[in-house]
Amino acid sequence: MTFTAPVLNYTLLSPILILLGGALLGVLVEAFVSKAMRAVTQLSLTVGTLVLSLAQVWRIHNEVSMSAAMGSVIIDGPAVLLQASILIISIISVFLIADTDHFTALAAALPGSEEERHSLETGNQVTEVYPLTLFAISGMMLFPIASDLITLFVALEMLSLPLYLMAGLSRRRRLASQEAALKYFLLGAFSSAFFLFGMAYLYGYSASVTYAGIRESVVGGSGNDVLLLVGMAFLTIGLLFKVGAVPFHAWSPDVYQGAPTPITGFMAAATKVAAFGAMLRIYYTVFANAQWSWSPLLSFIAIVTMLFGSLVAIAQRDVKRMLAYSSIAHAGFLLAGVIALNKAGLEASIFYLFAYGVATVGAFAVVTLVRDSSGEVTDLNRWKGLGKRSPWVAVSFAGFLLAFAGIPLTSGFIGKFSIFSAAYESGAKGVVIAGVLSSAIAAFFYIRVIVLMFFTDATQDGTSVQLPSFLTRATLVISIVVTLVLGVYPAPLLNLISHFSTFIR
Amino acid sequence: MNWLTLLMVLPLVGSAVVVALPKGNEKLVKQVALGSTLIVLGATVAMAVGFQRDNVDLQYVEKYSWIPTFGINYALGVDGLALILILMSTILAPVVVLAGWNESQGGRWSVKVFYILILVLETMMIGVFAATDVFLFYVIFEAMLIPVYFLIGGYGTGERSAAAVKFLIYSLFGGLMMLGSIIALYVMSGAQGGHTFDLAALSQLKMSSMTQNLLFLGFFIAFAIKAPLWPLHTWLPDAADSATPGTSVLLLGVLDKVGTFGMIRYCLTLFPDASKTFTPVILVLAVISIVYGAILAIGQRDLKRLIAFTSISHFGFITLGIFAMTSQGYSGAALYMFNHGFSTAALFLVGGWMISRRGSSTISDFGGLQRITPVMAWMFFLAGMSSLALPGMSSFVSEFLVLVGTFTRYPAHAIIATFGIVLAALYILIPVQKTLHGPTTPGNENLSDLNLREKIAIAPVIAIILVLGFYPAPLLNVINPAATHVIGQLGFSDPAPTSGGK
Repeated sequence: MTFTAPVLNYTLLSPILILLGGALLGVLVEAFVSKAMRAVTQLSLTVGTLVLSLAQVWRIHNEVSMSAAMGSVIIDGPAVLLQASILIISIISVFLIADTDHFTALAAALPGSEEERHSLETGNQVTEVYPLTLFAISGMMLFPIASDLITLFVALEMLSLPLYLMAGLSRRRRLASQEAALKYFLLGAFSSAFFLFGMAYLYGYSASVTYAGIRESVVGGSGNDVLLLVGMAFLTIGLLFKVGAVPFHAWSPDVYQGAPTPITGFMAAATKVAAFGAMLRIYYTVFANAQWSWSPLLSFIAIVTMLFGSLVAIAQRDVKRMLAYSSIAHAGFLLAGVIALNKAGLEASIFYLFAYGVATVGAFAVVTLVRDSSGEVTDLNRWKGLGKRSPWVAVSFAGFLLAFAGIPLTSGFIGKFSIFSAAYESGAKGVVIAGVLSSAIAAFFYIRVIVLMFFTDATQDGTSVQLPSFLTRATLVISIVVTLVLGVYPAPLLNLISHFSTFIR
Repeated sequence: MNWLTLLMVLPLVGSAVVVALPKGNEKLVKQVALGSTLIVLGATVAMAVGFQRDNVDLQYVEKYSWIPTFGINYALGVDGLALILILMSTILAPVVVLAGWNESQGGRWSVKVFYILILVLETMMIGVFAATDVFLFYVIFEAMLIPVYFLIGGYGTGERSAAAVKFLIYSLFGGLMMLGSIIALYVMSGAQGGHTFDLAALSQLKMSSMTQNLLFLGFFIAFAIKAPLWPLHTWLPDAADSATPGTSVLLLGVLDKVGTFGMIRYCLTLFPDASKTFTPVILVLAVISIVYGAILAIGQRDLKRLIAFTSISHFGFITLGIFAMTSQGYSGAALYMFNHGFSTAALFLVGGWMISRRGSSTISDFGGLQRITPVMAWMFFLAGMSSLALPGMSSFVSEFLVLVGTFTRYPAHAIIATFGIVLAALYILIPVQKTLHGPTTPGNENLSDLNLREKIAIAPVIAIILVLGFYPAPLLNVINPAATHVIGQLGFSDPAPTSGGK
C-alpha cells in the first residue's frame, strides 16, 4: 500500500490558514504576554489576522478551483463573496469584543467563587475569547466552501465548539450565560448527530461523500430514493438547527439572551452567513435535481419560520430575545432564497446575508451601550426615552430596526425585495405571500421599540447610555453607513455579486 | 435642464443648511425653512410656465439607471395631473411653514428637527408625484411615512404616539400589499421581454384576468388606505386629531392625494380591465364614504376630527369621479384633488389658530367669535364655504364636474352622492354657527385676532379658492387633455355629449 502525499494549493487555502495561524499565536500570547499588554496584543493580532485574511481573499478573487485540497474544498465566486462577508462582519464584531467589560475575568472560576473575585480585583483578565473567535471564524470560512460531507462536518464542529464556549463567557449573570452555553452545546451536539446520521444515509445512497459524487447519483436517479430522502432530511435538520429555523430554533432566544452581547451579535451575523452559504451550495448544486423532494417541505418550514418568528417577537419584553426572534423570522426569509433555486435567488441571498449581518452587528453594538450600574439593560421598558438621552445612538438603532423591517432606503428593503422576487420568479408564491404578511407583522414590534425610544418619557432608574468607545463607535458608524448606502445605492454591490455568483459543480 | 430633480434637491439643500445652523437660533431656522420652500415654489412656477398643456405625453422626462441588476431606473416625468399636484404641494409647503410658525414649540425634539422633517417630506412629496418608475414610486411612497410618523408622534398633541403608530401600521400594511403586486409585475416583465419597472412598459404586460384582479387589489388597498376610503379610514381621524395643524394639512392635503393619484396613475393604467371589473364595488364604497364621512362629521364635537371626517367625504367624491370613467368625472376628480388641498388647508390652519388661542378643540367651548376676532371668523367662514362647495368657491366647480360625470353613467350613485352636498351644509354650518355666531361665551372674550404673519399665510390659500372658483380654466386646460386621453385609453367614450368644464 502506498500513500500519495496530498497536494494542497496553499494560496487558495491561505485565508483559512492565516486565521488558524493567528489563532494559534493567540493561544501563545495568552500564555506568555504579561497581563498589562495582553488585551491590546490580542486585539491587534486578531484584527491584523482578519485583515490579512481578507486581503488574501481579495488576491484569489478570480480563482476558480475544485482541487485546492484534493477535492475537499471548492473555490469559486460565491465562495469568495461569502468568505469576504464573513471576514468583514467578523472585523466589526471584534471591535465590540474588544470591550472586555462584557467578559468574565476568569472563565474557569466558579460563579461567585473566591477565585473569581480575586481575578476581578487584581484585574487579571484572561482574553481567550480572541483565539476562540479566530477558530470559530476559520470554521465559518471553511463551511461554505467544503465540497465533501466530511469536510463539511469538520467545519461545522470547528465553528460550533468555540461558539459554545464563547456563549458562556459573560461577566454578569454568569449562571444564565453558562446555562445558555450548556443548552447551546447539548442541542448543538444533538443536531450534529442528526447531521452525521444524514451523512451516513447519503453515503449509503451514493457510495460517496463528495458533493460531486452525490450529485451524480441524484442526477442519474439510479440509487435508492429512500436513502436519499432520509439522508437529505437529516442533513437538512442539522443545517436548519444552525440557522435557527422553526422547529429547530428553541436554543436561539436563550443563547442570544445569555451570551455576552458582542458574541451574540457575532454569532447571529457570521454564523448565518456561513450556514446559509453551505446550505445554498448544497441545495443549488448537490440536491438541485431532487428539487421536488425537498422544496415543498422547505417552503413549509420557511413559511412557519417567518410567521412564528414575527408573531412571537411581538410578545418579547427583552431586547435581546426580541432580536433573537427577529433573527428567526429572517432565517425564514433567507430560506426563501434557498427555495428559489435560481441565479437571482443566489445573488439575493448573498446580498441579504451581508446586509443583514452588518445591520445585526450594529444593532447589538447599540445593545452593549445601554447600561446601568450592574451591566447591560436589556429590558425594553427601561429603554424608554432613549431618544431624548442619546439621540444618535437611538437614531442608529432605529435605522437598524427599519432595515430589519424592510423599509425602503435601507439595505433591508433591497434584500427583501430581491429575495422575494427571486422566490416568486421560481413559482414559490405561497412563500412570498407569507413573507409579505410576516413583514407586516414584524413591522409592528420594530416600530414599538421606536415608539419606546422616541415617544415615551424616560423613567428615572439609572439606565444610561455609555459613551461608546472608539472601536464601538467605529462599528456603529460602519454598520449604519453600510445599511443606508446599500439602501440608497446598492447597484455596485449587486453588480459585483452578480459577476461572482455562479457555483461551480 | 432637469427641472424635477432640481425641485427635489432644493428642499434637501434647505434641510442641509438647517442642519448646519448653530444651535439656539430658532428664528433663523424658521427663516431658512421658509426661504427654502419659497425657492422651491418659485422653481415650480417657473417649470409650470413651460408646460405644454396640449401635449398628453409625459414632460420634463428624466431617466438614469439606478439599480441595473433589477432594471430599476431613476425616472421622472409629469403629466397635467402630476404637475398640478406638485404645484399644490409646493404652494402648501411655505404656507404651512409660515402658518405654523410656533407649532414646533411643544414637540419632543428641537425646532430644527421639525423643519428638517418638513423639508425632507417636501422632497418626497414632489418625488412621489413625479416618479414614473414603479419601484422609485414605491420607495418614496413608503419612505415618506417615516418623516410624517415623527411629525405626528414628536410634535402632535394628546395621544400622539398612538395615533402615529396607527397611521404607520395601516400605511405599512397597505404598502406591503402593493409590494406583493409590484414583485409579481416585476417577475412577469422578466418573462415578457426583460425586467423593468417602467410604468409605460409594465402597462403593456399581458396577464390573465385573475392575475390582473389580484394585482389590482394589492395596489388599490394601499391607495384606499392612503386616500382613505371607507372602511379603511379609521386611522385618519386619530392622526388628524393628534397632529399639529400644519402636519394635518400636509397629511390630508398632500399625502392622502397620493392615494387618489395612485388610483389614476397606477390602478387605471396598469390594470384597465381589473379597474372596470371592480368599478361597481369601488363606486359603492365611494358613495358610502361620502355619506358616512358627512354623517360622522355632523356628529363630531371636536373641531379637528370634524375636519378629518369631512375629508373622508371629499375623498369619496374624488374616488367617485375617478371610477365614473368619464372625462368630466376625471377632470372633476383631478381638480377636486387640487382644491381639496386648499380648502382643507384653510380649515385646518384657521381651525388650528382658533384651537391654540382657546386652548381647546371642543366645538362647544367656542362661541361668538365673530365679534371678538372678526378676521379669523371670516376666514373660518370662507374655508367652511369652500368645504361645502358653495358656488363661487373652487370646490364647487370640481364637485359639480364629478357629479355630472358620474350622472351620465351611474345616475343612482350620483343622486345618492348629491345628498353628501346637503349633509355638507349641515356639517359646516352647525360648527360655524356654534363657534362664530351668537353671544360670546365665557372663555372667549380675550381671544386675539389673526396677526400679520397669519394673515399673510392664509391670504394665498383663500385667494386661490376664490379665483379658481370664478375662473378654473387655467387648471382645467392642463387637466382636460390628459383626462380625455386617459379615458380614451381605457376604451371609454363619454356617454353624453361632452360639455366639459371650459
